[in-house]
Amino acid sequence: MADQRSMTIKGNMATAMGAKLCRPKVVPAYPITPSTLFPEKMSEFIADGELDAEMINVESEHSAMSACIGASATGVRTCTASASQGVALMHEMLFVASGMRLPIVMAVGNRALSAPINIWCDHQDTISSRDSGWLQFYAETNQEGLDLMINAFRIGEDNDVLLPAMVGIDAFVLTHTIEGVEVPAQEDVDDFLPPYEPPHGRLDPDEPSTFGSFGTPEYYQEFKQAQVEAMEGSREVIDRVFDEFEERFGRRYNKVTTYKCDDADIIILTMGSMTGTAREAVNRMREEGKKVGLAKLTVFRPFPYPELEEIMSGAKGLAVVDRNISPGGFGAVYSDLAGASINIEKKPLIKNFVTGLGGREIFVKNFVEIYEKTLAAVEAGEVKKPLEWINMNQEVMR
Amino acid sequence: MTKVKITVGAINKDAGSSRRYKTGGWRTMKPEVDLEKCVSCFKCFDYCPDGAIKKTDEGIEYDLDYCKGCGICAKECPVEAIVMVKEEK
Repeated sequence: MADQRSMTIKGNMATAMGAKLCRPKVVPAYPITPSTLFPEKMSEFIADGELDAEMINVESEHSAMSACIGASATGVRTCTASASQGVALMHEMLFVASGMRLPIVMAVGNRALSAPINIWCDHQDTISSRDSGWLQFYAETNQEGLDLMINAFRIGEDNDVLLPAMVGIDAFVLTHTIEGVEVPAQEDVDDFLPPYEPPHGRLDPDEPSTFGSFGTPEYYQEFKQAQVEAMEGSREVIDRVFDEFEERFGRRYNKVTTYKCDDADIIILTMGSMTGTAREAVNRMREEGKKVGLAKLTVFRPFPYPELEEIMSGAKGLAVVDRNISPGGFGAVYSDLAGASINIEKKPLIKNFVTGLGGREIFVKNFVEIYEKTLAAVEAGEVKKPLEWINMNQEVMR
Repeated sequence: MTKVKITVGAINKDAGSSRRYKTGGWRTMKPEVDLEKCVSCFKCFDYCPDGAIKKTDEGIEYDLDYCKGCGICAKECPVEAIVMVKEEK
């Protein structure tokens, strides 16, 4: 393996560097805060001759995803970036991309949705795209953002998968924050990620075929089932690709990564950049003798319930921290976990904590509070309030 | 309609196959023209939304592979030469 290059870069630069190393041929993108730096950097790479690709300046995110679909259907590697309202505007086309089984990769600077307008971090944009049939990865750091881009192409393009993938990096906390990142050498990425050869067909005027054709009631359900099977099949592919990535680049990824969970009574489940703060909180609480552990979700789709089931089998309480909310329901991670574990006999009490919406800071003391509230439920032997809001600004509440 | 095996991504490598799809199968009523009454004004030809009417020396002729039985031709015919009758299948 060639030496990796140490750089101190913003999260958007990290996902752009990751994408560039994958040699995409077409990059249709419509800039939106906090992802704007991604298309800027990609166009710079192309202008400077560092990347041989076509940049398509489109008039909206709906068009950006439409152009991605057209480009990917011709059989070339395609990527884009967006956030928040942009992801919402391309919602319709997200389903087309996955239904047509096009392994497009999108970097998302996870940002809150309007109204009120807010440019800061939460996971509502990609969480609201949960059912669109895209693989979903969430980064804790800029390094993870870069690495997950490379993994996303490799996993999505696997012949047993053929699904598009989103890589989420938290707005500002990662997108605009400078961190040290190890950048793999081009030759190693070329070796890890061979050129994209679509096995299912490509748009070619010399050999005409119909893409995204009509699916009448006697066929549609079978198509959806095939899509779900591809998502299920990706579980094994993700493990295999993460293993190979570690072997080659020395950095370990898991669908769920645990920290001090072995003897933990209470486990805190996080996703994205809040994990760093949660780890610090776990360290401090461990010093005080509290039996608390941390599980970080890197892959949200496919939802890693077999792994989570194993992790929580020994715990008494599980605190699911969601940076998203379904009004009238729960946070998305909690909902999935509750649904997946309902038939498991031995499971901990599960509580849902919603925080960090619209860029609300999440502090160490918030994770301590989350631990204490979960412990109280365990000691009481029941969850009275399944969903609780954390770090509310009492002064502005009526 | 023949059953086909589903493909990954609903890709149909047999392009242009829609030509083989006879939309006339949707019909419940079909038009019948009395050429004795027809005055070859071709209003039916102009109004047919499916292009399922051909002009002939004797008047008109229907392409029942594509006529969906909407009845617009019968409604528009000024001499009541067209009637809609129940499709027998």
